[in-house]
Amino acid sequence: MLSVQDIHTYYRDSYILQGVSLEVRPGQVVGLLGRNGAGKTTLARSVMGLTPPRRGRILFKNVDITRAPAHRIARMGIGLVPQGRQVFKSLTVKEHLEVTTRGEGGWTYDRIVELFPNLRERLRSFAGTLSGGEQQMLAAGRALAGNPTLIIMDEPTEGLAPLMVRELGRALRSLKRAGTSVLLIEQQLAFALRHADVIFIMSKGQIVHRCAPAELAADADIKSRYLGV
Amino acid sequence: MPVTFWLVQALNGISYGMLLFLLAAGLSLIFGLMKVLNLTHGSFYLLGGYFGLAVIQRTGSFVVAVLTACFAIAIIGVIIERFFLRRLYLEELPQALVTFGFLFIFSDLATVIWGGDPQTMPKPDLFTGSLQLGTFYYPIYRLFIIGFGLAIALLLWWLQDGTRIGAMVRASVDNEEVARAMGIDVSLLFTLVFGFGAFLAALGGVMGGPIVGVYPGADFEILLLGFVVVIIGGLGSLKGSLFGGLLVGLLDTFGKVFFPELALFTIFAPMALILAIRPSGLFGRE
Repeated sequence: MLSVQDIHTYYRDSYILQGVSLEVRPGQVVGLLGRNGAGKTTLARSVMGLTPPRRGRILFKNVDITRAPAHRIARMGIGLVPQGRQVFKSLTVKEHLEVTTRGEGGWTYDRIVELFPNLRERLRSFAGTLSGGEQQMLAAGRALAGNPTLIIMDEPTEGLAPLMVRELGRALRSLKRAGTSVLLIEQQLAFALRHADVIFIMSKGQIVHRCAPAELAADADIKSRYLGV
Repeated sequence: MPVTFWLVQALNGISYGMLLFLLAAGLSLIFGLMKVLNLTHGSFYLLGGYFGLAVIQRTGSFVVAVLTACFAIAIIGVIIERFFLRRLYLEELPQALVTFGFLFIFSDLATVIWGGDPQTMPKPDLFTGSLQLGTFYYPIYRLFIIGFGLAIALLLWWLQDGTRIGAMVRASVDNEEVARAMGIDVSLLFTLVFGFGAFLAALGGVMGGPIVGVYPGADFEILLLGFVVVIIGGLGSLKGSLFGGLLVGLLDTFGKVFFPELALFTIFAPMALILAIRPSGLFGRE
């Protein structure tokens, strides 16, 4: 599905990703953990084509997307739920779902509002007036409207109330049932452990550890060394 | 002073304001989306007028003149965006220099081709003559300009708030990067919006041909007023372009009537005041 092969990404003059490789298989939920500044968001931006790597390759469905423009990568089937939601404040909820509507694959408008019932109540509201939790649902719904086969979620639980986190977990399970692959970037260890099939840990621009969620849960040394817990 | 005088001057100001609106709407839209302050916009207006004249002299049809001029200018706009501005994305100074350069090039070209004498475009047959409004007569064409401007304003509103492409433009204005990550081809939108802005400026130029004429220097003059309009109304705001256009049109008209020697002052003083009180303009975003 997604194969990131030894990428090196710079942000202006800073050398951020220093040879990152990572694999997401069809239907898999991959958890990507690491401290702030480890390079997780830069990895998401590299895959999405927003900050292309200088060296290395990124393949999606066996097509080289390393230097493809972001909108083409999105149209090939990668959805992004960006860090801090970043909803469009001058668009209504309904318009968010309409501007990205694209492609075949069961994520119709009706199914998206069924998955996020909160949104149904607020269809005509401008996104800026929604609560943080609702904005997160909207950011996820907006990505789904493009019918992605891989969805990248960048810290979706950040700043959410526990109830909303549970809601998001429910949505994530339903994505998984639908066969969508997920790259889940998280700070909340418990959320990642609950939902991921495999965990990658990043530190200082490199992948430093790869394991099953259960192994990580039991490995106090790794947890304290790379995650500070 | 008689009421008639006020009414006539007000209508003059409003009709001129509608031309300013056509110009400012494009200027404002282009800035909102692409962060480009397009100084060539004055040329689009002037060339629109000259193209319209050239076509009407050959075909005699006002409608054909308007359409040909607007589409031709839109194509020129698309070429400038694709081949010049595209390379300078978010580089303000180079952008200003390039668009300023084109303003001078087109200005000289127009003088070489059409000469230095002011010209007036004939009015369309349907709107020649005057209409009796109570106690006075008023040119039908100017009334038509007012109605036409309002119709274009409504059309732009609908395009912006009621269509999918309008929502895409708003999304790209809000957050260009995320818009691209959602599959919106922002670079194509840039080209379309720039071409459309050029189209509107040319429309102002041809439609204004019968009332303000087409003459060397009109490009700089209208550009200056266009900037005042977007500063007063707020960059990126359609409502701001309309109200700003009408306000500047009225200020300009009454200023020239009452204080002909201070005509620019009557426009720039309110602008400075608004800049001081509300730097983002009457309807601009914070």
